[in-house]
Amino acid sequence: MDARAQRETLITLSNAGVTRGGRTLVSGVDLTIARGEIVTLIGPNGSGKSTTAKLATGVLKPSIGTVLRKPGLRIGYVPQKLTIDWTLPLTVDRLMTLTGRYSASEISAALEAVGAARLLKAAVQELSGGEFQRVLFARAMIRKPDLLVLDEPVQGVDFSGEVALYDLVRQIRDTTQSGILMISHDLHVVMAETDTVICLNGHVCCRGTPSAVKRSPEYLKLFGERAAGSLAIYQHHHDHEHHDDGCVVAEGHEHDDEGHDHAGHHHG
Amino acid sequence: MFGDYFSRALIAGVGLALVAGPLGCFVVWRRMAYFGDTMAHSALLGVALSILLSINMTLGVFAVAALVAGALIVLQRQATLSTDALLGILSHSTLAVGLVLVGFITTVRIDLMGFLFGDILAVSVEDIAIIYGGGVAILVILILAWRPLLASTVSPELAEAEGLRPEASRLILMILMASVIAIAMKLVGVLLITSLLIIPAATARRLSATPEMMAAVAAVLGAIAVVGGLFGSRTWDTASGPSIVVMALLIFLVSLAVPVTRLFGRGETHGA
Repeated sequence: MDARAQRETLITLSNAGVTRGGRTLVSGVDLTIARGEIVTLIGPNGSGKSTTAKLATGVLKPSIGTVLRKPGLRIGYVPQKLTIDWTLPLTVDRLMTLTGRYSASEISAALEAVGAARLLKAAVQELSGGEFQRVLFARAMIRKPDLLVLDEPVQGVDFSGEVALYDLVRQIRDTTQSGILMISHDLHVVMAETDTVICLNGHVCCRGTPSAVKRSPEYLKLFGERAAGSLAIYQHHHDHEHHDDGCVVAEGHEHDDEGHDHAGHHHG
Repeated sequence: MFGDYFSRALIAGVGLALVAGPLGCFVVWRRMAYFGDTMAHSALLGVALSILLSINMTLGVFAVAALVAGALIVLQRQATLSTDALLGILSHSTLAVGLVLVGFITTVRIDLMGFLFGDILAVSVEDIAIIYGGGVAILVILILAWRPLLASTVSPELAEAEGLRPEASRLILMILMASVIAIAMKLVGVLLITSLLIIPAATARRLSATPEMMAAVAAVLGAIAVVGGLFGSRTWDTASGPSIVVMALLIFLVSLAVPVTRLFGRGETHGA
């Protein structure tokens, strides 16, 4: 794959907005996602993260502005908190072909890639939160998507599981060169590999690299000093390697009130 | 083989069960039981209107059931009353309006009990043709639309994001349900139709590891309930429609006793 192909733009939103019944859900969103790029949307509830993601995937049409998508763009979607009722018998094997037809070898390869090969025959209702999330990643990846949309991918997963899932996202980005659009309700942890963080509050309130957003006055205004103080930027090497730009290792949320004693010395 | 009324009843009933089982799985998965009941209750209104307007009864019942489903969608959008309350209103008012209208019909003698509880022993060869013609059409649509229907049942958001159309899937299911109700009404009656959708599907759940398997098992169990119920009703001279439902219930109860907990996967801990 040459450098140009890697940078192929998948989606461009220009000044895009959605109004429903006279109410503006989100407005003035500029956003591009290219191959191999990770874009994270953060913001409080009702700030328009999901609406923006739906604009990007084409589920919603913009009321104002424009959305350009690469023709034939293939999307893989990892949903937020999917609960599958007991009445629906579903094995992992069967879940993999939910929206498309794939061979047994493709299915095992996709599960292998997320370290869930042994779950092939398990019923989805029996999986732990982390296992289920991995399987959902595999299901999205088997489509070989151009764009992977992750809707709050680590919700309901414990901290070590969360770290492992972020590793997985990074690995997917590196090996497949998919573009990744991540929606995060969690203001505290943003992957360091994120190329652009877009902080929404009905409009784009600030944007940039994770460390730039953390320092931006708009972010501080929206979420307060305390929240900003606890914005941990998750990095792959979580063994006390800190970068000069002030990125710190992700903390368990229960540490938020403790001022990040053992990780905060590189804040800056 | 269509010679005597009992074989006709068996053939018609089995045909209906083979369609109701797979469709019933979606009713169970999507928690549409009460919704199905509401559509079924409106069938009596369909019967009354068909007679008053002199149109084909199967078509009339289908049209009214589909209209009620459409009305529910429109009312849900307004979001003033809960779906539960809306269903309660639609379900009982359509039944009541149907009963009142039937009272006005003096030109034709109407066997009200037959419409409420079915009269499977009275099916004609023409009825069988409608059941099998309609049934095959319903199954073909169900098979062709299976993947998007199932995907939007698992997660509408996921289906939508990956380019499927969950709203269209919902519409297809409603039309299929209205069709099944239209062809089932004469056999088991408006009050018992949903039991043929739900009970075999619920029974099949414990015996199945995949959605497709559950659909097939539900079809087979429904057919067994029809055959068992009809023979039972002949032996003990009981009402045939209710006997079929009682048979379905008995199979369900037996399935609860069968220890199937370790049949599939790593153990069905949720089934207990």
